[in-house]
Amino acid sequence: MSKLRSYIRTFTLWELWQGLGVTFVNFFKPPVTLNYPEEKAPQSPRFRGLHALRRYPNGEERCIACKLCEAVCPALAITIESDVGEDGTRRTTRYDIDLFKCIYCGFCEEACPVDAIVETRIHEYHMEAPGENIMTKDKLLAIGDKYDAMISADKAADAKYR
Amino acid sequence: MKTLIPDFVLKAWMSLWGMLPPLMQYLVETTFWILVVMISVILTVAFTTYFERKVIGYMQGRVGPNRVGPFGLGQPFADVIKLLIKEVIVPKKSSRFLFIIAPLLTLTPALATWAVIPLSDTFVIANIDAGLLYVLSLTSVGVYGVILAGWATNSKYAFLGAMRSAAQIVAYEIAMGFALVGVLMAGGSLNLGVIIEAQAGGVSQWFILPLLPLFFVYLISGVAETNRAPFDVAEGESEIVAGFHVEYSGVAFALFFLGEYANIILISALTSIFFLGGYLSPFEGWTFLGDNNLVSFLRDPSLGWLCAKICFFIFVFFWLRATFPRYRYDQIMRLGWKVFIPVTIVWIGVEAVMAYLRVGPWSGLATASLAG
Repeated sequence: MSKLRSYIRTFTLWELWQGLGVTFVNFFKPPVTLNYPEEKAPQSPRFRGLHALRRYPNGEERCIACKLCEAVCPALAITIESDVGEDGTRRTTRYDIDLFKCIYCGFCEEACPVDAIVETRIHEYHMEAPGENIMTKDKLLAIGDKYDAMISADKAADAKYR
Repeated sequence: MKTLIPDFVLKAWMSLWGMLPPLMQYLVETTFWILVVMISVILTVAFTTYFERKVIGYMQGRVGPNRVGPFGLGQPFADVIKLLIKEVIVPKKSSRFLFIIAPLLTLTPALATWAVIPLSDTFVIANIDAGLLYVLSLTSVGVYGVILAGWATNSKYAFLGAMRSAAQIVAYEIAMGFALVGVLMAGGSLNLGVIIEAQAGGVSQWFILPLLPLFFVYLISGVAETNRAPFDVAEGESEIVAGFHVEYSGVAFALFFLGEYANIILISALTSIFFLGGYLSPFEGWTFLGDNNLVSFLRDPSLGWLCAKICFFIFVFFWLRATFPRYRYDQIMRLGWKVFIPVTIVWIGVEAVMAYLRVGPWSGLATASLAG
């Protein structure tokens, strides 16, 4: 009897009709994709994208070259050299992040005692020549200056959960 | 017409035309219609690729191409231009002549078959009596292109793809032929026009009803013949890269592409002619609707109805592709030899007996009148 049933199911293409039904119903459902450059997915203030070095409101660099980020970095992407600055404070002379090594884990941001290194929301960037993957101190500070408002707003939004 | 073209131009044209010998007139006229049909088919192919990507896209929750032109309608032309300006690479150890000729061998039969297809109740390029045989033979010739492409490339992947394709097409050709024997018995003629006219008189007279199993066998064999999913083992991206056309690029690849889609449209057209009454209207004989212009336009046989049916079957092709995973090769062979061929043979017998006894929908078939 079960054999007969299976024969009937086979010859009426029962399971195939079911499958076709699924695709047919989906044909009329609205697409779930975004038209990327025009529409973008929502982003969290904690988004971990391109790095930036921040300054205090008076223009002084936050980074004190404690090298905690270098130590915590699991991908060994950060290289720091330090010296005593003109005003007698401890400052970095070199602060390089290799974007090819970086895994965007955000540990550097977590480790930083002065909120100097942060990861911004910027994720639509590219490199055009060899060597551009190394983010030098100047580049990182420039990003921090340019997007200061955005970074501060994100920090403020996240502050109450910390 | 007379307002558009001055009278003397028309007269001069007519007299020039009259001066040509009758054979010449015939040749010019036929060539013109061949070109019209061919260009329409090729344009349809272009938009079929667009249609496929849209249909599959929506079935997968995507939107498909929408960048080139309004709604992405320029996409097929962008693809064609891209393929045309690419380099055709001929592998060093390939057989150059066969390598070049193979794409043409797949495309030409797909286009040539359109010669016997009645596009409306008045128009067919070649109204030949053995139309069905012509169709059967030309669709079989298409496989040579695939085999030659795989052989001439001199690559193991292409060769495997060609062998798979050859065995598959041989297997399904038989089931297809037997399904057409059923159509032949029902229509009583090899002429496609006569086969369509035998289905006149509304949906109940279409062959899909008395020949339902043959319809499904023909449609599925058609999918297998065109090497489309779920029977696309000849290409089998995951196993043999791209099968028989792995080494083709540029224009040569475009020709294969054109041939594949021309074959899809062809099989759709043939299925609608053999089982759904071709250019006949589904509302034929609905006299109770009155007799105004719109109703009679819907009721009359026209090219529009054929196109609508072809579009439906093209949609079915893409619907199948979006739904089913690829068959395993031995399953394909089992389905072809051990399921389809017995089913068709049994149904031909059933059809003959039913027509002889004049049961229900079978009583109108041509075989019934032969029984006297």
